[in-house]
Amino acid sequence: MKQIVIIGAGQAGLSCAAKLRADGFEGEITLIGNEKDAPYQRPPLSKAYLLGNLDAERLLLRPLTWYDQHQVDLRTGVAVATIDRAGKAVTLSDGKSLSYDALVLATGAEARPLPEDLLGGRSGVHTIRDRSDIEMMRPELDAAQSVLVIGGGYIGLEMAAVARGLGLGVNVVEAAPALLGRVACRETAAAIAELHEERGVRLHIGQGVTELTGETQVTGARLADGTEISADVVIVGIGAAPRTALAEAAGLDIANGILVDATGRTSDPAIYAAGDCACYRLPDGDLRLESVGNAIDTGEVVAGSILESGAGYTPKPWFWSDQFDLKLQIAGRAQPGDMIVVRISTIGARSHWYYRDGVLAAIDALNSPRAYQVGRKLILDGLTPDPGAIADPHRPIKDIFNETRAALFAR
Amino acid sequence: MITIKFIQPDGSEKLVSAMNGRSLMEAAQGAGVVGIVAECGGSAACATCHVVLPQEVFDRLGAPEEHEEDMLDFADAPRQTCSRLSCQVRVTPDMDGIIVRVPTA
Repeated sequence: MKQIVIIGAGQAGLSCAAKLRADGFEGEITLIGNEKDAPYQRPPLSKAYLLGNLDAERLLLRPLTWYDQHQVDLRTGVAVATIDRAGKAVTLSDGKSLSYDALVLATGAEARPLPEDLLGGRSGVHTIRDRSDIEMMRPELDAAQSVLVIGGGYIGLEMAAVARGLGLGVNVVEAAPALLGRVACRETAAAIAELHEERGVRLHIGQGVTELTGETQVTGARLADGTEISADVVIVGIGAAPRTALAEAAGLDIANGILVDATGRTSDPAIYAAGDCACYRLPDGDLRLESVGNAIDTGEVVAGSILESGAGYTPKPWFWSDQFDLKLQIAGRAQPGDMIVVRISTIGARSHWYYRDGVLAAIDALNSPRAYQVGRKLILDGLTPDPGAIADPHRPIKDIFNETRAALFAR
Repeated sequence: MITIKFIQPDGSEKLVSAMNGRSLMEAAQGAGVVGIVAECGGSAACATCHVVLPQEVFDRLGAPEEHEEDMLDFADAPRQTCSRLSCQVRVTPDMDGIIVRVPTA
């Protein structure tokens, strides 16, 4: 193993490179990114960075000197054109070609755009994924009075909160019957809806956008029920799709992402995938997560697999979102039909515990870090607290945690 | 330049240059200190940047906010007297030369 090429200079690609070096790999590592920036944090883009509280340099995951010190050949602003699996080489957009012994695809996901017939070539409509997206939108936002957010998911709601914080009028349109429809229970969705309405965000839930208004520059939208909304800027947050085109063109197996086994290996034994683009085929089904934690974990899993020192992938899904003064922390994987147990800690602090077939599967903690930490640990350990105890606000969470663990050892 | 010595979970040491006004986590993460994962990037949402400070530094900083307190209570590495989330600790010039320990989970 002499040459490792990593396509995608995001969190997963960097995590893989760093782990390879930490575990003693001494061969060549090339890290290729199509953005002009070195690997940076994306979560602050829709929060502190947009507000101007964080400059671009502070987004960087490592200072530029780190790459020299660790002999990671970072090539930014370059895309990979093709993968030649037979020749074990990739061709870059600048015409160069690189050989590999192992290739890692960490190509991420891209924001789903509005359908072209709805967009109609209008300007003033933005998706949020890259730093450059924020840079393009910022001057328009500075001049705007009002914003329309299409999509009531995390990105959309965080953007709505930031735009409100900037003093703009904000409408959020969600076509599904609830906010966060794919990922959160009714109780979480309702609490977040209430928070946004309290802060003056106008929510239009269960309403699709039938058309955008404005000739060349967007001026607003018309909804299915005929409501007309005016907006100077439209922000589209309707999910993300894994970037699989390169893998597909190379003939690799694709599912909901680039298909890999529990070691992160694709259908070609010399090619691996990590992060948002990778779909892990596990004993209990396919899993593709979009999160920082998972990008770090899977980047390290792949490094371990390449060096034949790894233990494979154990998913540890967790996620967080900051909206207004709400800190939402989520662990585990919720599914429709889970039984929800509500725990009210104090005013404004509550947690929603998801039980599936009597087993704790997930937790949403709203301004409840202790509940989050306890829920996360119990889920990782495969332990289930008594739902009656969870629902009782007079039972301290620490006692519930200790009792649940003690019950395991008493078995 | 402010230099901070991190003792990593395996006992090895790493000297890190830290910038005044930035967080201790940013300094550690930029240098790749083992055990400082910092998944949430400084939102105090993950507790993967848990460190143990020298007593006098801990005392000087004053009490952590309630959210950080709660995260620390159930951090993966057991909380110690001078535990903090390094993302919530701002680097100041008087931290030059201190020794910060990354606890073992």
